[in-house]
Amino acid sequence: MSDQNKSLDPRIARLELPQGESIVKPDEYWGTFEVFLQEKRGKFHQHVGSVHAPEQEMALVFAKEQYARRGKCVNMWVVKTTDIFAFQLADEDMFATTPDKQHREAGMYKVRDRIQEYQNRQK
Amino acid sequence: MQSLKNFLYTIADDNLILGHRNSEWTGLGPMLEEDIAFSSMAQDKVGLAYQLYQLLHTDMGEGHPDKVAFARTETEFKCCQLVEYPIGEYDFSLVRHFLFDHAMYELFSMLTTSAYPALAQLAVKVRGELKYHVLHADTWMKKLGNGSEESKARMQSALNYAYPLALGIFEPLEGEQELVQYGYFEGMAVLQERWLASIMPVLETAGLKLPVNAEATFGGRKGYHTEYLAPLLKEMTEVFAIDPEAEW
Repeated sequence: MSDQNKSLDPRIARLELPQGESIVKPDEYWGTFEVFLQEKRGKFHQHVGSVHAPEQEMALVFAKEQYARRGKCVNMWVVKTTDIFAFQLADEDMFATTPDKQHREAGMYKVRDRIQEYQNRQK
Repeated sequence: MQSLKNFLYTIADDNLILGHRNSEWTGLGPMLEEDIAFSSMAQDKVGLAYQLYQLLHTDMGEGHPDKVAFARTETEFKCCQLVEYPIGEYDFSLVRHFLFDHAMYELFSMLTTSAYPALAQLAVKVRGELKYHVLHADTWMKKLGNGSEESKARMQSALNYAYPLALGIFEPLEGEQELVQYGYFEGMAVLQERWLASIMPVLETAGLKLPVNAEATFGGRKGYHTEYLAPLLKEMTEVFAIDPEAEW
């Protein structure tokens, strides 16, 4: 670590932490949990970010103040980040042609006229 | 009613002073998430104090909340000595938070049925946030009580130190009989019993023991304070004192 990486915070600078290798050992830091927030009963929980925590109870305790101290919230979930099963980023091309498939959009079909006609007949 | 005023000042002062104390951890907390959570709860305490001062102001003709918070002398404060002590190490701050917030949660649960409607309304409103404070405190107590040999020893010794001070929360109040009689508050003795019933199961799960023969540290409710309160007030009122009439 060069001098450029020294902390500008005097409280950290005066600790004179050893330069070079990280002083945090692999088993000394906490893992992360993904946080999902529900704004209203009946709505979906939505991903809002992550927190560091030693286990799930503490993750919920932290999640509440990190992500629900301002906006509306009625419930939260936390899920261990390593338990999330995801596509590889390299597989992004699987989704590439989706925007072209307009036949999957209702707007693609011009049926308005026929619906109108049907409605007129019912009158 | 003097006894009711005195009671409101007591709770408000406890929350203002501990709120200020706990805010001293802002930026220095053991890790980012905890720093934010602890600071946020400190803000809640100052907010609660403000609402109680506001009740005193609008319902009982006391001074404006800012004046009351920033322009009283040390002996006019009714806070217990527990809240005055410096933040110390994080073990002490956590144990104090645990002991104090359980007392607040039990107090405001009790006050939801107070015969003073404005106070009962406030109690209904803040009970939820206090429930979180207690959850936060309990989670840490269990975690560190069952952590390493060092964390357990530190939590136990912080508890030994803080417990007699925490008993000072329940120092009998002037005019307490009147409060009980009018149904405003069930009294400190009842509160202390509920508090004990609420902290004991957590301490048991955390593997921590209450010190035996602890003697309560009284005095705060009568205006006798530790050497730590005056410097705190000086720092807290520094900006206000520059121009007490300033418009914010």
